Amino acid sequence: MIGIEHYIIVSAILFVLGVLGIFLNRKNVITILMAIELILLAVNINLVAFSAFLGDLTGQIFAMFVLTVAAGEAAIGLAILVIFFRDRGTIAVDDVNRMKG
Amino acid sequence: MIQAIAFYLFAFLVIASGVLTIMSRNPVHSVLWLILAFFNAAGLMVLLGAEFIAMLLVVVYVGAVAVLFLFVVMMLDVDLAELRAGFIKNFPLGIAIALVLLAELVLGIGALSAGHLELGTATGENAPNLEVSNITNIGALLYSKYVFVFEAAGLILLVAMIGAIVLTHRDLKTTRGHQNITRQVRRNPKEATQMKQPTIGEGVEL
Repeated sequence: MIGIEHYIIVSAILFVLGVLGIFLNRKNVITILMAIELILLAVNINLVAFSAFLGDLTGQIFAMFVLTVAAGEAAIGLAILVIFFRDRGTIAVDDVNRMKG
Repeated sequence: MIQAIAFYLFAFLVIASGVLTIMSRNPVHSVLWLILAFFNAAGLMVLLGAEFIAMLLVVVYVGAVAVLFLFVVMMLDVDLAELRAGFIKNFPLGIAIALVLLAELVLGIGALSAGHLELGTATGENAPNLEVSNITNIGALLYSKYVFVFEAAGLILLVAMIGAIVLTHRDLKTTRGHQNITRQVRRNPKEATQMKQPTIGEGVEL
């Protein structure tokens, strides 16, 4: 039978994949944002799994708020990316040191 | 049995598409794999009995966030070779850190459960009423107990929207529909409207 451990392991693997994605694609900020989305997805799976197995709806409500914040974060991140590209002509963020004093 | 098969199918697909999301050479392919990952995560949530969150995941993530990603990826003319430059160099370190992290997580779960995870008991305060659907339960809770948090979430979305518009809006005189506030305020009904008495069959000359 599928228990909560199965869901937690899937969520842990997905979380680690997100962290790995940030490490592997250090230059490509679009892929970094997608890796952050993967991390938030893992968190949501965890919240919903605990909510379902505990019989308490708070986790699902909280997952909804995580979803809201993720959507806002993606919008702002991509907007920053667009103005960065307009300014520099590239999205390589390896050496973003313009704000260094 | 069928539940186990569905779980392993969805779990395998969500992890595989997660791997392909971070490994793809082309960002467009990454976005498409991300969409597949979201669909399979929604499947996992349906298995858990959280239909509302599953549908929200499909509508919000696939319908809005992933399409936003696709827009940006296709709008920006990115040099793929340049972006992949550090991939091989970062690979060993990334894998090492990921393995350490995964080992820690699995060890933590294993030590806590040793075969079976002891869950605490819920207070029963927010327990779902099993006679009605998941969405009815969530609605009843969301619009009563968590109504202020819900409104705060709406506020966050508003701030994100305003922020995105402010960041990307270009204030050029050449853009169509540019707003001149002085002119707009100065305008009054006397000079904006005039009375005409058109004769029949001729129409109005402006």
